[in-house]
Amino acid sequence: MNFDYTDDQKALKDEARKFLTGCSPLTVARGVLENPAEGHDPVLWARLVEQGWCGAAIPETYGGLGMGYVELCALAEELGRAVSPVPFASSIYLFAEALLVAGSEEQKQALLPLVASGELLGTVAVSEGPGVLTDQAVAAQVIDGKLSGVKVPVTDGLVAQRAVVLAQGASGAGLYLVDLTGPGVSREFLSTIDPTRGAARIAFDGAPAELLGEAGKGMELLSRVQDRAAILIAFEQLGGADRALEMARDYALERFAFGRQIGSYQAIKHKLADVFVKNEVARANAYYGAWALSSDAPELPLAAAAARVAASAAYWLASKENIQTHGGIGFTWEADCHFFFRRARHLALVLGAPRDWKRRLADRLELRLAAELAEGN
Amino acid sequence: MNFEDSPEEAAYRQKVRAWIAANAPDMSHLTPEERRPWQEGHKEVASKWQAIKADAGYGCISWPKAWGGAEGTAIDEAIFNQEEARAGLQFNYFTTGLHMLLPALLEHNKDEVSLSLIPPAIRGDKIWCQLFSEPSSGSDSAGVRSAAVKDGDDWVINGQKVWNSGAQISDYGMLIARTDPDVPKHKGLTAFWLDMKTPGVEVRPIKMMSGDNELNEVFLTDVRIPDSQRVGEVGGGWKVIISTLMNERAAFGSVSGLNWRDTMKLAKQVASWEGTAMDDPAFREWLADLYIDAEAVRLLSFRTLTSLSKGTAPGPEGSVGKLLWSGMAQNLSSQALDILDHGGLIDDPASALMNGAFQHRFLWAPGLRLGGGTDEIMKNIIAERVLGLPGDVRVDKNVPFRDIPRGR
Ligand SMILES: Cc1cc2nc3c(=O)[nH]c(=O)nc-3n(C[C@H](O)[C@H](O)[C@H](O)COP(=O)(O)OP(=O)(O)OC[C@H]3O[C@@H](n4cnc5c(N)ncnc54)[C@H](O)[C@@H]3O)c2cc1C
Repeated sequence: MNFDYTDDQKALKDEARKFLTGCSPLTVARGVLENPAEGHDPVLWARLVEQGWCGAAIPETYGGLGMGYVELCALAEELGRAVSPVPFASSIYLFAEALLVAGSEEQKQALLPLVASGELLGTVAVSEGPGVLTDQAVAAQVIDGKLSGVKVPVTDGLVAQRAVVLAQGASGAGLYLVDLTGPGVSREFLSTIDPTRGAARIAFDGAPAELLGEAGKGMELLSRVQDRAAILIAFEQLGGADRALEMARDYALERFAFGRQIGSYQAIKHKLADVFVKNEVARANAYYGAWALSSDAPELPLAAAAARVAASAAYWLASKENIQTHGGIGFTWEADCHFFFRRARHLALVLGAPRDWKRRLADRLELRLAAELAEGN
Repeated sequence: MNFEDSPEEAAYRQKVRAWIAANAPDMSHLTPEERRPWQEGHKEVASKWQAIKADAGYGCISWPKAWGGAEGTAIDEAIFNQEEARAGLQFNYFTTGLHMLLPALLEHNKDEVSLSLIPPAIRGDKIWCQLFSEPSSGSDSAGVRSAAVKDGDDWVINGQKVWNSGAQISDYGMLIARTDPDVPKHKGLTAFWLDMKTPGVEVRPIKMMSGDNELNEVFLTDVRIPDSQRVGEVGGGWKVIISTLMNERAAFGSVSGLNWRDTMKLAKQVASWEGTAMDDPAFREWLADLYIDAEAVRLLSFRTLTSLSKGTAPGPEGSVGKLLWSGMAQNLSSQALDILDHGGLIDDPASALMNGAFQHRFLWAPGLRLGGGTDEIMKNIIAERVLGLPGDVRVDKNVPFRDIPRGR
């Protein structure tokens, strides 16, 4: 039992924090907010690539550093804390994981080294419109290796060169690899609630598509990929929630009303204590998820859903109460509070909304209980 | 207890419903973007509508005739507001002037000049803004530092105001300034009204996190105004603040914005596991909870009306309503984004369902929990004034204003 990062992991995390404090201050996110067309900061992205972060958890056989998932979680926590405007989650937590989960040896050999070196940026394209993503909601179709349909919104869809696309094939929904720079693909900028994480509407019209994983198993494979991404994103959420709480605490110490620090009022103290408790709930569940991910434990699906639900709730509370603690100033464009508010919701929606994950969580609890009963304990 | 219209009320409702239908301004030419408050096209329609109402005697229904009102009852006015809302006509440009500031002005000043400010305000020709808050005086509304110094028959004002809704398009403002820093803070304040074009008044818009620009900073540099523009007594500013804040909170019952109906409209268009979000049992449960709060806000506004029509002061329901309503706005916009799932990310009015109204509300809602008294202040009021619990230890009450501890 060890509920903590190891010393090496801590050192990595400290390094990452120092690095991001230097090259990803909130002014970088603000640059993208003010000029959302690009949807990320290419200079910052280049720095991350230089550091080798893209390959952190990708096995050495596929050109990565093979450090392991707890290390990747540590980086995620710091990226979340910095609200960094980079396509890391799309390319690493989702695209690379999709290849690792579903790819053939050949596909992995061909693409993972490029992802690890940052030469190739990938994303996943699943949603087609408002509402929960279900099998029936997928209209995009692959016929004779050609994909047609519309995916919207696709986070990082403008900058990615490849996408894993969920589409109907001859035997039901499957995952397909598509070259976004190739023929039959048109992409449009999409304005979103978090402009620091750009998105696109992508229309496919006979774009060449290559099957990834077993045909007809798209929903199942996607769910496995999303479980892994959910844990990594939970660390981004946790990092953001911690930082939002620190901002609120710092402001509550500085700001006076009625001749006293606002932090001296119990209304504010209890508010921030509530946020702290929620963050601890998120931390506990996220750490458990990190362990499950790094050890490929059978608990992974349950731990992932719990990590995601807890982290989404914590970041929501922390980001909205950070604004509330700041008063009017917190509601301005100029203040930094809204970066966290926007990012909190982006992260909570980008793998499917919390209500979807609560449902998955309850389903998995049923399986767990059934298994416990079967074991007779 | 009776929540139905009396025969007279029903007749009045029918009359104004027909009148509104016959006279409502055309909004069909507005783009989705322009349908949002403070957009030029939206404001134009609002001004036109206000003038039409004023000409027909619906500009300020419950005001005395002497002020240019129609001497109708508070209930008539509420009925008219409900019918306006029903017809999709909800504009906020004139509320600050007509429902908060001018009634307070007339409560304290009865002279001719003050009275002459009224007719153009009722017609929507002149817009008013509230210049109370300052960088270090928000919740602590008596903490105003802008200074007014007497010079002959004039006052010379220096300082800075902030968060002033609509100041960028306002013709007049009502402001609070400190006229005596040597007495305890509530005693050294004085209220004034002023023309926003007075030399030395500079309005700078503030961009809010929603991207909108209707809040402002107002800088006051050697602004000279005559003593005749003082509202109430020298040192009586706190009373004026209280009058306006009471008016403000009493007005919250009739607040506009997305409600449970809109949320249902959205839910019926959004795919879920089976059917639409409206078929999802968890959503239905959430909706039931939302409705009871929303309905309470609506019904509590009737309690305010009942008090007003009996000539008694409204009770704490103003604070309860404000607290519930702003929390609801945050809750319902958040829930809407969740049922939209990935689609909740898209905020482009041209491609998001219902013109992205919920996404826009989502980014606005944090401000609603702050403006007009924060959640925490509302709860303090309920705890202290309603439940009679002791107040916080005060370090700012009986000391001269200049000696009160201050941070940033
Ligand atoms: C959308 C909007 C419109 C507005 N319109 C106007 C306008 O037209 N004219 C105008 O003059 N002003 C306006 N305001 C200003 C508004 O009244 C203030 O923002 C509000 O009173 C809060 O003040 P503040 O921003 O200084 O926050 P602060 O007072 O600094 O509050 C910071 C935090 O401390 C908490 N706090 C403060 N005191 C206490 C206490 N005693 N106990 C517990 N908690 C406490 C607050 O609840 C808040 O969470 C508007 C504000 C907004 C957001």
